[in-house]
Amino acid sequence: MTESTNKAESNDPAPLPEASEIAAVTTIGKFKISTDVLRAYTMVFALVAIWLYFHYSTGQIFLDPRNFSNLMRQTAVTGVLAVGMLMVIITGQIDLSVGSVVGLAGGIAAIAQGWLGWGLVPSLAAGIAVAVAIGAIHGSLTAYLNIPAFIVTLGGLLAWRGVILGLSRGETIPIRLPAFKSIGQDYVGPMVGWVIAAIAVGAIIWLSLARSRARRRHGLEAASLGPMLLKILGPSIAVVGFIYMMNSYEIAPGRYAGIPVPVIIFLAIALAGAFLTQNTTFGRYLYAIGGNPDAARLSGINIRRHLLAVFCVMGALSGIAALIYTARVGSASPDAGQLLELDAIAACVIGGTSLMGGRGTVFGAILGALIMASLDNGMSLKNVEPYMQNIIKGAILVAAVGLDMAGRKRG
Amino acid sequence: MLTPQPFLEMKDITKTFPGVRALDGVTFDLHQGEVHALVGENGAGKSTLMKILGGVYPYAGYGGAIFIEGNEQHFGGVREAEKAGIAVIYQELSLVREMSVGENIFLGREPNKFGVIRWDELYRRAGELLADLHLQIDPHMPLRSLGIGQQQLVEIAKALSQNARILVLDEPTAALTDSEVETLFVILRKLRARGVGMIYISHKLNEVFRISDRITVLRDGKTVDTNVTANWTESQVIARMVGREVGDIFPQMDHAQGDIVFQVRDISVEDPVVAGKKLVDNVSFSVRRGEVVGIAGLMGAGRSDLLMAIFGAHPGRVSGEVELEGRRVHITNPAEAIKHGIGFVTEDRKRFGLVLDQTILNNMTLASLPRISGRFITSIDAESAAGERAMKDLRVKANSVFTIAGTLSGGNQQKIVLAKWLLTNPRVLFLDEPTRGIDVGAKQEIYGQINQLAKAGLAIVLVSSELPEVLGMADRVLVLHEGKVTGEFSRQTATPEKVMACATGQAQRAA
Repeated sequence: MTESTNKAESNDPAPLPEASEIAAVTTIGKFKISTDVLRAYTMVFALVAIWLYFHYSTGQIFLDPRNFSNLMRQTAVTGVLAVGMLMVIITGQIDLSVGSVVGLAGGIAAIAQGWLGWGLVPSLAAGIAVAVAIGAIHGSLTAYLNIPAFIVTLGGLLAWRGVILGLSRGETIPIRLPAFKSIGQDYVGPMVGWVIAAIAVGAIIWLSLARSRARRRHGLEAASLGPMLLKILGPSIAVVGFIYMMNSYEIAPGRYAGIPVPVIIFLAIALAGAFLTQNTTFGRYLYAIGGNPDAARLSGINIRRHLLAVFCVMGALSGIAALIYTARVGSASPDAGQLLELDAIAACVIGGTSLMGGRGTVFGAILGALIMASLDNGMSLKNVEPYMQNIIKGAILVAAVGLDMAGRKRG
Repeated sequence: MLTPQPFLEMKDITKTFPGVRALDGVTFDLHQGEVHALVGENGAGKSTLMKILGGVYPYAGYGGAIFIEGNEQHFGGVREAEKAGIAVIYQELSLVREMSVGENIFLGREPNKFGVIRWDELYRRAGELLADLHLQIDPHMPLRSLGIGQQQLVEIAKALSQNARILVLDEPTAALTDSEVETLFVILRKLRARGVGMIYISHKLNEVFRISDRITVLRDGKTVDTNVTANWTESQVIARMVGREVGDIFPQMDHAQGDIVFQVRDISVEDPVVAGKKLVDNVSFSVRRGEVVGIAGLMGAGRSDLLMAIFGAHPGRVSGEVELEGRRVHITNPAEAIKHGIGFVTEDRKRFGLVLDQTILNNMTLASLPRISGRFITSIDAESAAGERAMKDLRVKANSVFTIAGTLSGGNQQKIVLAKWLLTNPRVLFLDEPTRGIDVGAKQEIYGQINQLAKAGLAIVLVSSELPEVLGMADRVLVLHEGKVTGEFSRQTATPEKVMACATGQAQRAA
């Protein structure tokens, strides 16, 4: 007995770990477990496969600079909304109203500059302010009156569409301010693109080095040189390639476009969203609230305030999406933005977000938005009939989640 | 009383998961009309063994063979195991709260004619089954109106409705009150007399000794020993479980006590659902620096309600005063309680304690994120440094702080909840059932932690349903019965008999 007594006193003889414990703790990278990283790679591959398929089946039109630039512009609106929707869904809520809010906020901005003769900044601010106010209303009703968000925003879907139909008297309001239009239609020029590329590559290198230093500091095995280079080169090549494609779009002979303004806005919001969800206490609390509201509450987190805040963020992003959308179309029609909520939700879900809350990333939601937009764009290029496009998109949405669930069960 | 040929034989069962051998040549048998207890620390392989028996891990996924009445069985799934007469009652009940008792019993096997359910027959047969078990439960009642103990008994009725000949009970008494345990045991004895074989998994050795005919101990995926219960002593079983003799699992220690840190006066809590009913009724107590005050009482006595109320987390109306270091404080929500230096290791770690999808680190820092990581922007460096230190201090067994909390064993999960609250730097620490459902080794480590914290000057309130735990750990014991304090004892004067008498309302006694 003495021998075993000694053994028990020392630290090492851990009781046999559960099998699942061993499977789940294989960490690749510092911040994610292997299964998540694997998911991300799978999605990137799926996107690339879709792109290659459309490229070669459309006679190499899909990935030419002109169409690629278009595709990115089309992704911008859904992408901005998906970032907001992701945060809402992480907390275990849903927002069905964003399409109508986009219509209303865009309409308000258009009315302000068209009928009221307001300047650029007040008009844009009016659109965003209305959207934030709507978010605050939805958030308050959900958080403080305990009405399910599904119901609140379903009501919003109907009501806000009604409001813009009434305000606009059913008319389509043209955008007359060129600066307004440029939000949706202009490009920043190749030079700016290269500057952004340089900054991005620098940031990627710096972050990878910092991460590996941190790993070593915590006694974790730091990635060896090969994988490390891959981690730096992969994203860097993607960034440079992306900028290169944007810059080689020739709008007029000898005039190269650069990144579209809406895409810049979208990327900035995506980065901010990723930072907010991953690197702030606010983001951490959103995951906790969605993952286990009871545990979150008992840990001192004010759930109501966070729900209100998240709906306000959703509102603000709906407002920004509305401005991009209106500017791109060049006018605000009362039925603008219909069904956008479903695109945003679909983007999140394809990106691996759990509708039960507590799980999902901005990166995934953006990939989801890109996949949705690529399908739209590619099928239009191939002259697939609209009815068929809907059927295919619906089937892909369900299949993507089905595959994901099958993968989770195994893992 | 044992028939010569075992009804069930599991021979040389081996099961490996990637990287780990969960079961290594386990042999287990069960006779008809026998209660065979299966004990072992968490992770010893009990659940895996029962999942193989229940068809959760189908044939060909494991090594070895299962025989029933001498015939080898190849279960392809749960249904096939059920057909062979095996019913497993898991810790988490598999009942539908919104359905009636009768519907639950026959769920998936409703008596029907051409797919139309014959409700009369369903309720008649459900009623017969319940009456047969001497349960006074109306089969029309919605399941949610029953207490957790009665729900457990409904689950047993359901198993019997499927003509189960082998009943596996996994921690059946974890959520039961003492009187419900008695009812359960009466029923188990009745089933035994009818020839049903039962496999009884429990951490509560006193129950194992009361109900079982034989005991098998598993450790690290191997059968350590099987013997007739009468030939075992409790400490022998514990020794086999942990692989060493346990002298005294409570590291008795008199805590050097300082001034009164924490004082509550006349706390009352109203039931948020039933108007006028008081869950806690005028409770006052105080805790000194370095003191452990135990709160004993039966389930429903209002112990958790009391702590929740003080912590600002009770949904019902709360009245009373709270004083911290002589200053009156108003606590209306958990954030304020944390700010005042109260930590609360809540009961039921899966429901109240952890975000199971998240990493160990994210769980540990959830209640102290601004202090440890940054007010708004988090610092992964500062955070993992704190997390790793806590993990080492509490001896959490996991690969890294980035392991997902839900994949850990109960003992390790409990340590994470404890770490979460220690990271808030509390002056007062509430512990509500801190060792429920965790193995003896982990329990002992938690007890050691409690003593260390007391030594470091924390004021600790310990709520536990396990009487030996309260008596072994607390300097002073407060007994609650139906929301009122019915007794207060010092460590020297507290005996199990006296405390139990107060807890059941048969006696009243003040310090």
